[in-house]
Formats: sequence, structure tokens, C-alpha cells
Amino acid sequence: MNGLPLLSLTTFLPLAGALVVTALRMAGGARLADGASKPIALIVSLACLVVSLIALQQFDPSQSGFQLVEKVAWYDGVSYHLGVDGMAILLVVLTTALTPLCILWSFKSVEERVSDYMIAFLVLETLMIGVFCALDLMLFYVFFEGGLIPMFLIIGVWGGKNRLYAAFKFFLYTLLGSLLLLAAMIYMYVTVGTTDVQTLQDYPFDPGVQTWLWLAFLASFAVKLPMWPVHTWLPDAHVEAPTAGSVILAGVLLKMGGYGFLRFSLPMFPDASILFQPLMFILSVTAIIYASLVAFRQTDIKKLIAYSSVAHMGFVTLGIFAFNEAGIQGAIFQMISHGVISGALFFCVGVIYDRMHTREIAFYGGLVHRMPVYAALFMLFSMANVGLPGTSGFVGELMTMVGGFQASSWAAAGAAVGVILSAVYMLTLYRRTVFGEMTNEKLFDIRDVTFTEFFILGLLAVFALGLGVSPSVVFDITEGSTRDILQMIGK
Amino acid sequence: MDLLTDFHSAAPEVLLALFGVGGVLFGAIAGDRSSGVVRLASALALVAASVLSFGRMGAAEEAFNGLYLSTPFASLAKAVAYAMAAVALAMSGASVRGTGLERYEFSLLTVFASLGAGIMLSANDLMALYMGIETLSLSSYVLAAFARDNLRSAEAGLKYFVLGALASGLLLYGASLIYGFAGGTRFDVIAAADPSVGLIFGLVLLLTGLAFKASAAPFHIWTPDVYEGAPTPVVSFFATAPKIAAVALMAGVLFRAFGPHQASWQSVVAILSAMSMLIGAFGALRQNSLKRILAYSSISNVGFALIAIAAGPEAGAPAVLVYMSLYVIATLGLFAGLLGLRRKGQALDQVSDLNGLLKHKPGIALGLMTLIFSVAGIPPAVGFWGKVQVFEAALRTDLLWLVLVGALASVVSLGYYLRLVWAMMMKPAGEALDSSDFGTGLVVTATALLSFPALTILIGRVLELAAQASVG
Repeated sequence: MNGLPLLSLTTFLPLAGALVVTALRMAGGARLADGASKPIALIVSLACLVVSLIALQQFDPSQSGFQLVEKVAWYDGVSYHLGVDGMAILLVVLTTALTPLCILWSFKSVEERVSDYMIAFLVLETLMIGVFCALDLMLFYVFFEGGLIPMFLIIGVWGGKNRLYAAFKFFLYTLLGSLLLLAAMIYMYVTVGTTDVQTLQDYPFDPGVQTWLWLAFLASFAVKLPMWPVHTWLPDAHVEAPTAGSVILAGVLLKMGGYGFLRFSLPMFPDASILFQPLMFILSVTAIIYASLVAFRQTDIKKLIAYSSVAHMGFVTLGIFAFNEAGIQGAIFQMISHGVISGALFFCVGVIYDRMHTREIAFYGGLVHRMPVYAALFMLFSMANVGLPGTSGFVGELMTMVGGFQASSWAAAGAAVGVILSAVYMLTLYRRTVFGEMTNEKLFDIRDVTFTEFFILGLLAVFALGLGVSPSVVFDITEGSTRDILQMIGK
Repeated sequence: MDLLTDFHSAAPEVLLALFGVGGVLFGAIAGDRSSGVVRLASALALVAASVLSFGRMGAAEEAFNGLYLSTPFASLAKAVAYAMAAVALAMSGASVRGTGLERYEFSLLTVFASLGAGIMLSANDLMALYMGIETLSLSSYVLAAFARDNLRSAEAGLKYFVLGALASGLLLYGASLIYGFAGGTRFDVIAAADPSVGLIFGLVLLLTGLAFKASAAPFHIWTPDVYEGAPTPVVSFFATAPKIAAVALMAGVLFRAFGPHQASWQSVVAILSAMSMLIGAFGALRQNSLKRILAYSSISNVGFALIAIAAGPEAGAPAVLVYMSLYVIATLGLFAGLLGLRRKGQALDQVSDLNGLLKHKPGIALGLMTLIFSVAGIPPAVGFWGKVQVFEAALRTDLLWLVLVGALASVVSLGYYLRLVWAMMMKPAGEALDSSDFGTGLVVTATALLSFPALTILIGRVLELAAQASVG
């Protein structure tokens, strides 16, 4: 390994950018900072992407265990410990790739308090990357819960009409879950004397204790993921958040739940994980079917996609708790794929929302007549969300169902019903907004996608198709971490 | 042991006492014109006392025939308390101008109150304890009513006095029972006494009195009224030095005098703690006055500190120190903001007065937000580690239920902390604020930078210091 602390650099580069913008804001006033913050934020987030790609390139998938490790003692039993495995490095790259797109998107769609927005976004990026890199539970928790603050501000300041309710609900819901995780974490610290992830993964907790710790971890990750029945904060947060906020929320923040299960719950509490497998299957399948049905009844496009996210996260938990290679590989793949697809779908909603300032499905119709390029791109992402072969959505759903089938055939059957339902609501949405006659006069002079929008959506389309055609790019990298997790759970 | 060594052991308190008496003489001659000088000198005296206390962290020293004991624990608590009092006093300067509070007695009463806090912390005997409490309380009553022409202030002072006197009475009654059953008033004598119903009875009464001073529920009723009525510079003192002294004293008395009887007081303290956390959290939800919200917040935070006391000496002592120190640092910054920000000469009073602070004063808004998250215990602000420490202490002693209550209270109290952030960051800007003085910005910035990132990074050193102080 060379001397550069790549992960620290990736993690704290956005924070440094945020500090620069803050300094400008304090010294030069809001107007100067607003102008300068856009290029600064974009450059910083692109630099961060480059560094994370270098880290990815240095990452050796053939080795197991954590790589690019940095460790500095912080205090008794707790250290500043960063490191990644295949799963983590991909999630880091997902984060660093989505953030510049979000920032680019916000150039035109955020009009007020631009510099504050960029500061919040860059701080959020630091905290998100930190979550995936942290190899110390305490450090993980700091990033994990700290992320609530910028997201709260993003929803609260730049959100829609009902943003107060949504921002509070988001914060308090997630916090309640997190505090149980905190209690469990402190218990582990008291018992083992450290919060180092690797030490805790090797520590044999008593099965009875495992049950309680596992449930406490569940409380946090289930809310974050979100799993049925604690998903209700998500539709509200999505609807009120600005477009880029929704993209990050769906694309990255939700992945922290799945990541938490794979990094902590399974390796640290294998007995409890196996004990609760039926429960997780029931919750997953319920989430898939229930959320799909609810999505079908939505009149708000963003809410529909939010419920679709809940359903797709059901596949992730199904795959994780199948405890086999196909399931876990599929779950990780599904997280990455969903990050791309749901991000793209929220961008798609953003395109028409920026023009018409409404998300009512009934308002739209016949968009294909005025926006052919948009219609094509939206079609692609809708299909990817349904899980059409050739798109990344297909691979994720298939793999998790294969894994689920090996563990429990009825769970996989239930999930398969969900796939059909997802086609029902997505295609209905697509038909009602894009096809048909254009009857609403206000839509007559709607413009097709701009170059920036085309660039962002096109890039995501490349990823959605590329990962669908050649999923082994991801599988090769995550194979090592999957094997490690399976080994730790004893399967 | 001769008097000189006694004086030497109690140097910080002796310094404050001499300064206070000298200051009164000086003020009587020089009159109110001297209030600025006296304030400055008082703040410096408090800083000197803080430094002296910090230097005494090394070892325990007994003085005045065992009435006084300067333990490392007490020394560290005193160092923090005196420093906080000094800052609170210094920053009151600009805000009292032209309010009729500009009198030299103000500073001297603060010094005497701090002296009382110091004596409380070093008490090794029920008599010394009572002396400290009364020195603090009597000064506090006067301070609360310091804005004599203001009805609210007078009311606050009277309320505080009547209820405080009642609490002192209970405390004294408890002390006399303990004396009767233990055969002495020194802490080590009490610790050696056989447990008996009378002793426990006395202990409960004593605890009641102490809980009142620390504003732990259900003895908290006075707090919101006094916070709201008393002049803000006074409240910013109340919220810091006396708070840390009362909680640390409670820890000291329970750990040192009643350490062997932990089984009998643990559940009492645990219940006080749970009630304080919940009442503090729920009580503030419907409040609109900033000072009342801060009052409930202090009740809730004392509840958290009491978790650590319930956990007992080994696990709890460092956690109490860490929790209270981090809390008072952040609170001090919040009060600095409250004192320094004005709109058309009027101090901010309601939550809605904070609207749009970010637009007018971005630096201060950012600082206050950091401080609010520190008080709320949200990482990466350092207040989070206070919470981690008390939870850890509780889990070491199987008080899981208190941790769960604490978690619930944290979430509920976020409801009002976020309202403050909401007002500052998200509400449309109200009318412009008056330009604030340099000191406000300085204190807010300094405490905010301490809360994050300075102490977050150095948290190891903080924990080490607290652990060191708790060994003795």
C-alpha cells in the first residue's frame, strides 16, 4: 500500500470543500458565496470521485478481509479505523458518483441559499462515505447519526410545502432506532472492551445476549432501510425533499440499513440472525407485496417511487437473510443497482417537476408528444425498476430470489408476486404520464430534457444497462466480502 | 495541623472569600461607577480560583479538622465551575448596560455564589455542606431578584427563596437525623455507621434537598419560573456553575458518605433520574419561551447526569464529570447567544424571535446550532460522548431500563431542540438584529468550536482527565 491515506482523503475531501464555502460565506457574504459555491462543490465532489476511483483501482478483489486500512487510536478501546471490503468500496463509489450528479442537477433547480445548500450537501457526502468506511462501531455511529443533521436541513430548508412535518419525522424516527443501536453498542463495549468491528466480529456473544443485541441493531437498520412496518417516514421524506435530496436518500442513505445488516448483524450475531430468519422473510415478503400494492394506489409520482423503494429494499433483506452466496451477492448488487435506478427515477420526476411544479400523476399525460427523449429515458428506468432482463434491476431481483428460493421456496414465491406487481404500478405510472393524449393545456409548451439533464440521465442509463449486461463487474469485487460474511455466519 | 496549611489546602476558596470581602469594601467606597472594574476583577479572581483548583487535582488534602476535603474529583469540578462562572460574569458585561443591573454587587454576589459552590464541592462534613449550600443559595436568591423594579424578577426571587428555604429545611432535618443515627456529621463517620431506618430516612430527606438544588424532578417546579423571571445574565450563571456543583455534590455525598449503602439509594436516584429526563423532555415541547425551554432542557440533562450517579462511584464518577462539563460548556454558549442577540434593543425571548437568524448572523447561527446538537447529544458534537459515558456507566451496573428511558427522552427532547434549529435555519428571516458585541461572537464561537470539533477529537484526553479525577 502506498503512503496516501486514500479513504480518509475520500471521506474528508468534501468536508474540506464545505469549510472553504463556509469561509467564503462568512467572509464574503451570501452573494459571493452563492456564485462561487457551485463550481467549488462540483470540483470538490469530482475530485472526491477521482480519489475513490483510485481507491477502487488499488483495491484487490482477490484478497479477503479489509483493505486500505487506516488505524489511529482515538480513546480507550475506540479508534479511528477505516477500511473497506468489496461491498464497502462499491457503496463508497456509488456515493461519490451520485453526489456530483446531484450537485450538477442542483445548479439550476436550487435557487435560494445556494451556498448553504452546497455546504449541507458536501457535509452529507463526508458523513455517508464515513459510514461505509468506518471499521469501528463508535466511528460508524458518529457518521451514521451525524448524517441526520445535513439531511434534516436539506429537507427542511429546500423541501416542499409540508417539509416541517417530513423533516421532523425523518429525524425523530431514525433517531429512535439509532439510540437502541447505541445502547447495544455500549453494551458490547462494556462486555468486550472495544468497539473495533473486526474484534467484535470474532467475539462469541452468548446466544441469549445475541438475540437482544440483534433486535437493537434491527431497530436501527430496519428504520433506515426501511422495512415494513417502520417505513412510513420514507414516503413523507421523499415527497418533501428536493430532487437531489431524494436521489441521495434513495440512492445512498437507504443502503446504510442493508450495509448495517451485512457488516454488523450477520457477522457479529450469527446465531440470532439464523434464529430470526423466518421473521425477516415474513417482513421482507410483506414489504415487497404490501409496498407494491400501496404504490399502485398513489397519486403522487414521488410517493409511488418511494413505495417502490420500500419494495425493492425487501429484496435486499430477502437476499441477505437467505445466508447463501447467491442471496448476499444479489443483495449487494440490488443495493448498487437500486442506487442507480431509483436515483435516476427521482431525477426523472425532477425533470417534470422543475417545469410544472407538481407531482400529481393526473396532471400529466401524453408527455411523449412533447418530450420524446425524456420518454425514452424514463421508459428505460421504469423497465429497469420493474426488473426487465438486460437491466441491472433484473440481476438484483433474480439473484436475491434465487438465494431466497434456496432458503425458503415460499418466500421466493412471495417475492416473485412482488415482481409482477412492480410491473403493474410502474407501467401504469408510465402509461398515465407519458402515453395517451395530451389533454392538459398547461403541458402544451413543455420542453424536452436540457443538455445537463440528458447528461445526468444518460450516464445513469449507461450504468443501469451496463450492470445489467455485465453484472460480473460487481460480483467479482463483492465475492470476497460475501465469502467472508458467509464464513463468519458459519455457512 | 495549623491554620496556614489549612488555608493552603483551601486556597481557591480562601482567595474567593478574601476577594469577595475586599470587593464589598471597595464597592461601598467607590459606588456603582466601579461596577465595570469590579466585574473584571471578579472574573479574573474566578479564573485564578479555577487555575488553582485545577492545580490541586493531584491528591486529596484534608483541612479544617476534616470539614473540608479537596479531592481530585472536587478539584476538577471546581475548576470547571469557576471557569464557567468567570465567563458567565464576563459576558454579562455588555448585556447589563443600561438595564439597572449595572451594580457592583452583581459581580460580588456571583463570586460569593461561586464560593458557596466551591465549598459544597469540597465539603467533607454535613455542616460544611450546609454552609456551602446556603452561601450559594442566599446569593442566588438575591441575584434572581436583582432586577428589583421588574415584577417577574422579584417574583422569581421570592419563589426561589420560599421553595429554596423549604428544601434547605428538609435537608437540615435529614442531616440532623443522620447525625442522630450515625453519631457524627463527617462523611467518613457516616460511611462507617451501621445502616438503620433512621439513617435511610435522613438520607432521603437530604437527597430531597439536594435534588431541589440540582433541579431534578419532581423537585424542579421552580426552575422554569426562575429561569424565565430572573435577569438573563443571572440565569446564564445559574445554568452553569451551581448546576455542576449541585450534581457533583450529590455524587460526592452519595459516593463518599453513603457509598456502603448504595443499595438503598440507588433506586431513589434512578427514579429521580428517569422522572427528570422525561419531565424535562416532555415539559419543553409546548413552551415558546427560550428561557423556559432551556430550563426544561437543564432538568432533562440533570436527569442524564443522575443516571451516572445511580450507577455508583466506580462507573459513575467520571461519567458525571464528563457529562456535566460538556453540558455546561454548551449551555454557556447558548446563553451567550441569548444574551448578546437583540432586536431593536430587546433581548430575544420567544422561539419565533430566532427566525431567520442564519440570514442575519450566519456565524452565530451555525455556532448555536452546533451547541444545540451538543446539548441534545447528537454526534459528532461532543455532547454525544457525555451521553455515551452515562449510558456506559448504567450498563456496567445493569441499569438497562434507565438507558431505555434516556433514549426515549433524547428522542422526545429532540422535538424541541429541532424546533430551535428549525427557527434559526429554515424560517423566513424576521427583522434584522442589532449588531452584537464582539464578546458574544467570541463566546459562542469558542464554545461551539470546543463542542465540535476540538473536544470531539480530544475526547480521549477529556475522558482520561475525568478518570484521573475520579480515582481519589
